[in-house]
Amino acid sequence: MSRPDDVETTLAGEDSPTGLSARLSLYERAGGVVTPLVTTIVAFFVAGIVVLVSTGKSPLPVYRGILDGTGLPWLVHWLVDVRVIGGTQQIYPSEADAVAVSAISLQQTLILTGSLILTALAVAFAFRCGLFNIGGQGQYLVGVIVAVAVGSEISGLPRGIHVPLALFCAALAAAVWAGIAGILRATVGAHEVITTIMLNWIAYWIGSYLFSIGGPLQSDTQASVPISNDVQDSAKLHVLWGSVQGLHAGFLIAVAALVVFWLVIDRTTLGYGVRAVGANPEAARYGGINVARNYFLAMAISGAFAGLAGAIDILGWQYRFSQIDIQASDIGFAGIAVALLGRNKPVGIFFSALLFGALLTGTSTRNLNPDVFDPELAGNLTLIIQGLVVLFVGADVLVAWLWRARQKVRT
Amino acid sequence: MTVSRTGIAGVGLAALGVWLMLPPLGDNLRAESGAVEIVPVVLGILAVASGIWTLARGEVRWGWGAIVGGVLGIVLGLAAARAGISHHEAVFVWSSLVAATLRWATPLIFAAMGGLFSERSGVVNIALEGMMLMGAFFGIWGSVQFGHWAVGLVTAMLAGGALALVHAFFSIHLRAEQIVTGTAINFLALGLTGYLYIKIYGDEGTPSELSTIPDVPLGPIGDIYFLGPILDGLNLMIWLAFATVALTWVVMYRTPLGLRIRAAGEHPRAADTVGVSVYGVRYLAVTLSGVLAALGGAYLSIGFVGSFTENMTVGRGFIALAALIFGMWKPFGAMGAALLFGFSSALARALPEYSEQAALLFETLPYVLTLVAVVGLIGRSIAPAAVGRPYAKQ
Repeated sequence: MSRPDDVETTLAGEDSPTGLSARLSLYERAGGVVTPLVTTIVAFFVAGIVVLVSTGKSPLPVYRGILDGTGLPWLVHWLVDVRVIGGTQQIYPSEADAVAVSAISLQQTLILTGSLILTALAVAFAFRCGLFNIGGQGQYLVGVIVAVAVGSEISGLPRGIHVPLALFCAALAAAVWAGIAGILRATVGAHEVITTIMLNWIAYWIGSYLFSIGGPLQSDTQASVPISNDVQDSAKLHVLWGSVQGLHAGFLIAVAALVVFWLVIDRTTLGYGVRAVGANPEAARYGGINVARNYFLAMAISGAFAGLAGAIDILGWQYRFSQIDIQASDIGFAGIAVALLGRNKPVGIFFSALLFGALLTGTSTRNLNPDVFDPELAGNLTLIIQGLVVLFVGADVLVAWLWRARQKVRT
Repeated sequence: MTVSRTGIAGVGLAALGVWLMLPPLGDNLRAESGAVEIVPVVLGILAVASGIWTLARGEVRWGWGAIVGGVLGIVLGLAAARAGISHHEAVFVWSSLVAATLRWATPLIFAAMGGLFSERSGVVNIALEGMMLMGAFFGIWGSVQFGHWAVGLVTAMLAGGALALVHAFFSIHLRAEQIVTGTAINFLALGLTGYLYIKIYGDEGTPSELSTIPDVPLGPIGDIYFLGPILDGLNLMIWLAFATVALTWVVMYRTPLGLRIRAAGEHPRAADTVGVSVYGVRYLAVTLSGVLAALGGAYLSIGFVGSFTENMTVGRGFIALAALIFGMWKPFGAMGAALLFGFSSALARALPEYSEQAALLFETLPYVLTLVAVVGLIGRSIAPAAVGRPYAKQ
């Protein structure tokens, strides 16, 4: 593939196959950071124009309100008054109140960041194998369903067994669910984009059925509400920071998953096979790598990540799931944008998950001041930003354009 | 040999479905459960699917045998299962089921024809979903704004075409990965329509008093036994959908433009060499695909449902894409597949009559069937040679 000294090809978004070239080309790293940054700025800029044109409001106060809702100002509350950053002096007379609210918001942002890291890894792992897994949403739902079932239906286990058991079962079930698409791709060549979308909708309706009134997983105490039972106390994850819906240990699981992802992809034979198939399946087959097996494994491992995301949401802070939650949930889809913006690399995924976690929290009905901007509109604005990010980063358009412009200057 | 065996198995499955419904076995089964009707239906669908599979491999006799057998199996099996119910009532249910099939298939047919133009010209279009959604929203917007459904159709087509132009620009000029671009377009459409829906219609939702696409009364033809109740009062768009299929076939196989589109999708270099503008043809085809998909979406909002809700296409763009693949990128093949998927949707809405609780599970039927269809055929169904490959001018 690309030669280490050939800066232009690496800038054009080619993944260098050797560790050597990655270490050598500072340019690639620069390009790897610049593209997502430029893309993010462009996406926010376009979304700002949408705000300006459709509502006539200046987008800057809107973004300021969103930033306030993310809780990120808390990180600097020792240095600056968070009310100055968020423009909320009128709302909070005392700085301590504002800091407390900001802390709760930041906990929510980080909770979402953890789930997004995992759903993004579900996209990234398959992507490294040349597969486009847009079934993260369905795999996430399977994880949710199994975590609810294991967490609420089984009782009498000590916490040290119940939590790992629920996590394991959720990840395994989601791996099997995603594995269906992997097997179909490996054996009959059915394209994973269509099969995973169909699996998404099947999971959606199965979940709706299970939590429906009279359904198998519906609550025993609220007979008229389509919601599940609460998970047992023995299946709940530790809360690390905050009290009600505080930051839970799932965040650590997500960060650990980033490390596991890096280890598997860059330091194991399995990862080598996955990357080889992703770079060129024909060449990999010629080199003696079992392509079909790698397709299956890549999808299954991807599914396990997404299932884990569903499990930590249930065991960490939601504790129950309802039909409405199924309809409202879109964390699996957001994972696509996170993975692409993070260029399918662990560090990149961490920061882009933080960005989208903040964006989703900051635009939520709970956190965005409706006087600043209608949260329902802002939620859709987030979708637009997601779309623009995927459009620009996924297509590597800006890098290609910069590269071409540079070539023109040279000749 | 193995191919014809699949067809034989299909015929066998259909026969099994009928046999299970006949006395004495059928009576026992009915005593056990209230929803035995599903047995011959499922077996019949499997038979039809195996028939199409067989047919696609050139085994004509058993292929058609399994298809006809499957359809007969469903009809006879249901008739046997519902033997107690009066004949007239059964026929009425059937005609309404067929009419519902046509209604559900129509948006799929439009989108599949759109996909056909795009993919035949060499551009993968998984953004059909988003383009349908644009059509659904702007159809209703135009109809409300200007007070006539025809304007709604025009605004829908414009919006779908505009979104398709974005896909075309990124896929053709910037030579981006077409599947990723398509996914991005789907997000954009979801966000944009959701944003505008909240902004314009807010809490009340789309107005209930609006100009919708009319149904077509057939007068005396409506009195014909069985066929009359099906065909009378169908929506204008259903007839237009079938006209679009015929028109697509004519354009694709009987005009120079069709030849150019196919050439751009099979061998762009060769097409370029003889003076065909590959970029131009692809731009046209992709834009057209957006226009057609938007028509399918507009039918959903101002023809079928009469309102707009966020993400109301619920994956139909992808089902249309699967129908296109299942129909081997041919107009009538794709139409047949769309009808099959439409039937499964109609069935999903009719079956809860037998079991209220499982209604939500029946909703999975179209998606499961799509999955089965794609699995059965996709590897063997031969795509246009250059589909998904950006073309670099030299």
